[in-house]
Amino acid sequence: MYFGLSEEQQSLENSIKRYLEDNASLDTIKAVAGGDKETAEKVHQGLIDLGISSLLVPEKYGGLELDMLFASVVSGALGSGTAPVPFTGTYVMAPLALSLAGSEVQKDYWLPKIAGGERIIGIGLSEFVGAREDTAISFSNDTLSGRALFIIDGKNADAFILSDKAGQLFIIDADDSGLTKIELTTVDKTRESMELVLKKVKTEILPGSEKNQDVINKVIDAGRLMLSADSLGASQVMLDKAVAYSLERKQFGRQIGSFQAVKHMCAEMAAELEPCHAMVWHTAHCFDHIPEEARLMACHTKAHVSEVGKQVSRTAIEVHGGMGFTEELGLHYWFKRIGLNRQLLGSPELVREEAAKIQNFDQSPPESQRTKEAGNPLLV
Amino acid sequence: MDLNYGPEYDEFREEVRLFITENEGVNLGGSLRSSERIDWQQKLIDHGYFARSTPKEYGGYGGDMDIIKSRIIAEEFAKSPIPKPMGGQGIQMLVPTLLELGSEEQKQTYVKPTLRGEIIWCQGYSEPNSGSDLASLQTKGELDGDEWVINGQKTWTSTAKFAQMCFCLVRTEPDAPKHQGISYLLIPMDSPGIEIRPIMQMTGTADFNEVFFTDVRIPATNIVGKRGEGWKVANATLAYERGSLADPNVMMNRMYALIDLMKSETIDGERVIDKPAFRDRLLRIQGRVLALQSNSLRILSSQINKEQDVTLARFILKLQGTELRHDLEGLAIDAMGELGTLYENSPLLRDSGSWQMHYMYFLGLIIGGGTSQIQKNIISERGLGMPKEPKVQEA
Repeated sequence: MYFGLSEEQQSLENSIKRYLEDNASLDTIKAVAGGDKETAEKVHQGLIDLGISSLLVPEKYGGLELDMLFASVVSGALGSGTAPVPFTGTYVMAPLALSLAGSEVQKDYWLPKIAGGERIIGIGLSEFVGAREDTAISFSNDTLSGRALFIIDGKNADAFILSDKAGQLFIIDADDSGLTKIELTTVDKTRESMELVLKKVKTEILPGSEKNQDVINKVIDAGRLMLSADSLGASQVMLDKAVAYSLERKQFGRQIGSFQAVKHMCAEMAAELEPCHAMVWHTAHCFDHIPEEARLMACHTKAHVSEVGKQVSRTAIEVHGGMGFTEELGLHYWFKRIGLNRQLLGSPELVREEAAKIQNFDQSPPESQRTKEAGNPLLV
Repeated sequence: MDLNYGPEYDEFREEVRLFITENEGVNLGGSLRSSERIDWQQKLIDHGYFARSTPKEYGGYGGDMDIIKSRIIAEEFAKSPIPKPMGGQGIQMLVPTLLELGSEEQKQTYVKPTLRGEIIWCQGYSEPNSGSDLASLQTKGELDGDEWVINGQKTWTSTAKFAQMCFCLVRTEPDAPKHQGISYLLIPMDSPGIEIRPIMQMTGTADFNEVFFTDVRIPATNIVGKRGEGWKVANATLAYERGSLADPNVMMNRMYALIDLMKSETIDGERVIDKPAFRDRLLRIQGRVLALQSNSLRILSSQINKEQDVTLARFILKLQGTELRHDLEGLAIDAMGELGTLYENSPLLRDSGSWQMHYMYFLGLIIGGGTSQIQKNIISERGLGMPKEPKVQEA
């Protein structure tokens, strides 16, 4: 029995963190946030060289065929550096959707290109997760029409995977003449968001997702886990920065970190955050090895890490005092990234409601015998 | 990552389950030190379900330390109504301390009867003026020939009324710095000069006591470790106490009980669990429970894989575990509404009043065993490397 990261996972995490420290300093993040596309592309290419695009693509299609724990580790490392690159949509959800539900032709065409970092696929599942405004996607005669919001990794995408209300997955070409792309400016300038308006856009269904919600659910679980890991990485950095600042900054002739008021803020952050690492690992493990628990764990992890991330991100800024509020210090990039992750693929309330449905709270009577059930993996 | 225990452990789990099934009817009643209780403890030891890695010569099972087997035993016993192995401060704190730091004679004298439940211990640590600042304690011990003479007062002493022995922190070197002037003494509770007064708590029960020592004489050999090393000896056991307050098995069982309660209770004929505001609170609690479950898996793993560092994951246990239990029990009360205020022998009482009882009791545990604020000091100082608060000159 071993619960934790393997040496390979730790070394991948470290190499990505080191790469970001060397190549995506705060000044770089600021430049990218200000519109420096060239630098963003350079950082992205460097991370592709480290393998982030091929993690989940099967070996058969030129990928590394690693598991979800590897992907979580990468996502956490990207979050810790607020890396201004696509990941969750194009390198996790897209290859997963294609691997699970794509036709042989679709897999042969897309997977090697994703692995090689040659193609980006944006993901738009807001219609299935919880449609805002009048968004809806409908499929007829091999075309898609409607509107989708908050596409993940939509910027520079070559294609998009979208879903209808029934959870069927479709792929469209980004150059289709019926497609209008509208950039959405969010608080988080380290990643781009996008709205799509579709008028009879030519499409293909991913055949494995036809009248089958298992695929989309799995893709969403993976996406939620990645966003959780990203927020966790970002939150850990915010805590570390808060502690470091409290040891540096002096008031009343002492380090502010020697005041209990400040120490307890940091202790509370650590107390909430530390179990989140184990929770993310556990959920990643369930995804690959204990599938019957994976959906519940993914929902709870998304909701819980989002709540903890919210608390940590505001408290860490408070520890920095007025400096925490400035553009110059840059803490806000982490704060905003955690803020966007919290809403994508379902806010905590929405995801908890889903967790209730997964457990059949609606229908089921009390079962006092349930505690005696054998082999509950949450109890091992 | 590998969460499989392996087939040999599946077999072991079956063996434990069989034992539990065979002993399902066992009921020991409430009294400590009854012959039924002592026989049951011995039976558990004989099967290796209790005191598993304690050497045979000291009354244990004499098996290898096997964290996974211990975990399986704890899980299976937690799920069943049969009597659990005894806990308490003697077993959880004193026995490991003696095994680590006690003299051969002390081990021979005390470990076996403690494990068998023949000797109940109480812990003489806190004093009226030494709570969070435990090391400032003032109960005095002076050597007079071959006897210690003890004078002073302890408080928050649980089980003092039933205990035969007390492991006690006493200031024996008044001129030494405060952490170096304390000794760890073993005091028979029937010694002349000991007076016990129960402290009635907000729960309506009296689980704690004040203990007064007036010229109490004990043999000079009743000291664990050397003179002035008591703080070090005590710190070896405080870790055992803190870990035991956040048992993940118990937490999980309470959560399932809460889910059942919320499915049973209704408001205007609608089940509480179907009301979105209540349900969301339940799910928030469930998320926190699952996070601590995962955290405990990580700690378990570190006991098997020594290279894993889980310092911070351990430091947060007492704080997070007790605060979460308090919130969990409190949600049950809100789910019952007015019915949740019923207590003692009310005919409409749910689950024997256990929700109210635990809601209050866990407030006690948030304070006891190192308050939440002390835990935050420990986390920030020892976990995050932040400085201690500078000393203030007394006015």
